Amino acid sequence: MTSGAANTASRHARFHWLNDAWPWLCAASVALSLLMLGALLALLLTRGLGHFWPAALEEVTLRSGETLAGEAVRDVALPQQPGNERLYFTGNQDINGVRWRWVAIEEIAERSQPNDLIRLERSPWGDFIGRLVAIEQNDQRWEGDAAWQRLNTLLALPASQRPESQLLLATVNGQTLRQPLASVVSAEAPNAMNVWQKTVTWSDAVWRFLSEGPRAANTDGGVWPAIFGTVLMVILMSVIVTPFGVLAAIYLNEIAHQGKLTRLVRIGVRNLAGVPSIVYGVFGLGVFVYGIGGSLDEWFFNDTLPSPTFGTGGLLWASLTLALLTLPVVIVATEEGLARIPEAQREGAVALGATRLEMLTRIVLPMAAPAMLTGVILAVARAAGEVAPLMLVGVAKLAPQMPIDSEFPYLHLDRKFMHLGYHLFDTAFHGEDVQAAIPLVYATALLLVLIVLMLNLTAIFLRHYLRRQRGSEC
Amino acid sequence: MLAQSHSINTSQPPVTHFSADSCCLSIDHLSLAYAGKEALRDLTLSVPRHRVTAFIGPSGCGKSTLLRAINRLHDLNESVTHSGKITLEGQDIHAPQTNVTELRRRVGMVFQTPNPFPMSIYENVAFGLRLQQRLPKRKRDDIIEWALTSAALWDEVKDRLHRSAWQLSGGQQQRLVIARTLAVKPDVLLLDEPASALDPISTLKIEELIRNLKSELTLVLVTHNMQQAARVSDYTAFLHQGELVEYGPTDQVFTNPRLQRTENYITGRIT
Repeated sequence: MTSGAANTASRHARFHWLNDAWPWLCAASVALSLLMLGALLALLLTRGLGHFWPAALEEVTLRSGETLAGEAVRDVALPQQPGNERLYFTGNQDINGVRWRWVAIEEIAERSQPNDLIRLERSPWGDFIGRLVAIEQNDQRWEGDAAWQRLNTLLALPASQRPESQLLLATVNGQTLRQPLASVVSAEAPNAMNVWQKTVTWSDAVWRFLSEGPRAANTDGGVWPAIFGTVLMVILMSVIVTPFGVLAAIYLNEIAHQGKLTRLVRIGVRNLAGVPSIVYGVFGLGVFVYGIGGSLDEWFFNDTLPSPTFGTGGLLWASLTLALLTLPVVIVATEEGLARIPEAQREGAVALGATRLEMLTRIVLPMAAPAMLTGVILAVARAAGEVAPLMLVGVAKLAPQMPIDSEFPYLHLDRKFMHLGYHLFDTAFHGEDVQAAIPLVYATALLLVLIVLMLNLTAIFLRHYLRRQRGSEC
Repeated sequence: MLAQSHSINTSQPPVTHFSADSCCLSIDHLSLAYAGKEALRDLTLSVPRHRVTAFIGPSGCGKSTLLRAINRLHDLNESVTHSGKITLEGQDIHAPQTNVTELRRRVGMVFQTPNPFPMSIYENVAFGLRLQQRLPKRKRDDIIEWALTSAALWDEVKDRLHRSAWQLSGGQQQRLVIARTLAVKPDVLLLDEPASALDPISTLKIEELIRNLKSELTLVLVTHNMQQAARVSDYTAFLHQGELVEYGPTDQVFTNPRLQRTENYITGRIT
């Protein structure tokens, strides 16, 4: 007894610091998680949204006498020698052959930010940085400030109503070129702008990023088809997975005999949630695309073979694959909701003369609806972020047509689609211009996070509304 | 001593007989088991019409099990097996031609904890009605008012019929559940310890309600509160370990029990 007490005392002494420290350890873990989350969001926000801010354009004269104009992107230490070098985005790919220029800082003789430097966004060839000399329309000609004003007037018109004009442009080192107005997307003179004008330009650029299709092999332009594809695919997935998951959960919880087999099935379902998503992709490719899709083509689209209709990856197969992937989540959440409903509620309904089906549809399912929505929320969160299986079953680097259009049957389930997650991957790793891709990767990542957040919030508000409506807490 | 009273019990089954026209419900040699474990053993008794019959007995004696057998709630649990017969107004409730949902409409049940559905007060009372037939709204409103009045709840809720039933107090919820059951016009009302989760004032209201409802229907009350059984019931059955020990008019069972075992329980020597 004495030795036991001594033992306890020594144990207390040995772990004394732990007794005081453990709440702090827990708090530190939370703080670290929050810090990482905050850092992630801050990084995405600054890099993603900062990209659209009209940066100052510099005119640089080098010691060698060469001049160049561009946006200073970042400074990097020179390899194996003292000093830094600076990356300039110079644009003018059609003239220089490249869009980027590394300049050692020591080489720079003079820098200035003249107000008449402009930046044109063009398609094709990307940005032009230089000066606007004149605009010619038929035999009319505007020069200097008048040309700049005329250009802005023309760009304010819808693209179809712009008269055919020619821009006379000059780079800072004196080369000139003629640019048809039709290939100009936007124009800005960032050095002459005040903060308000920059904000307007910035929001315009963000809007164009959200609402336009990609250009120049995904290194430029917007991501609208990818947003559309992601949201449509997630909605289709929810529409497929919800009824399946709910019916399966009802069977497991309400109908099946609660024996060993049911328990085994339940364990199996829970473990399916842990299967790597690429495995579902392989399954979808084998069963949905080649199996079912191939058979559909043989039966109904024989005349277009050998070019496949459903026998290739597409929106339907991608949604089905993701529905399969998220099915366990919906089943588990719904089952938990069903199990939480007090037996007294079921008995109360049955004792009033309700059949089992009436009890289910009128009492049990409405009460379990918030839990089902929780399942759908988790499913959406998982599906919207999945990329790996999609690469096998229907996502495209650049989809030629949107999955919904005005052509019958309006919703084209067989079409390939674009997806933000895959777009991110493609921009980051398969682009030809890595420097240009970096800010787009951040912007796309931010957008993906925001879309998942928005889809989740919609479901959360719906759940909140359902709960409020019944004044219940379950 | 227990063995002795057991032998008395089997030799003289304590059955109170009612003539056919005053007997509402009769239970004939009913035995029931949960997954092979016996809960009721060879039980025979009949319940008189328009009276309150109380089932008393210690926890686990089978009184709730017996009550739930009367409207076949055990059907929900597949591990329950039974033998014997229950007849309601001369009709065997387990007969193949018996419609079980119709039986449950005729035999309403109120549970220990109030279980209003997560919907408005109005919809709670309308729930059973909507299962039966489509009624014009006027007629449905009338029945709902009648049911809530019969359950002594109308004056308290008439201004908030469309508010959530879960906002009512426990006692109000239990009266709402009674109103919900009354709305489908049952012949028998089974009450499974209806006041055990309620405060004393709500309990008194429920007891008063039970006495008043006697003129409309037959009531069967399960309670572990001896005073309550004595206050509201006309007949009392004492169950112990799945068997019917004594059954008779409440006055007689409480003041002059035939068996020692009953007296022991009533005076608190068996719990």
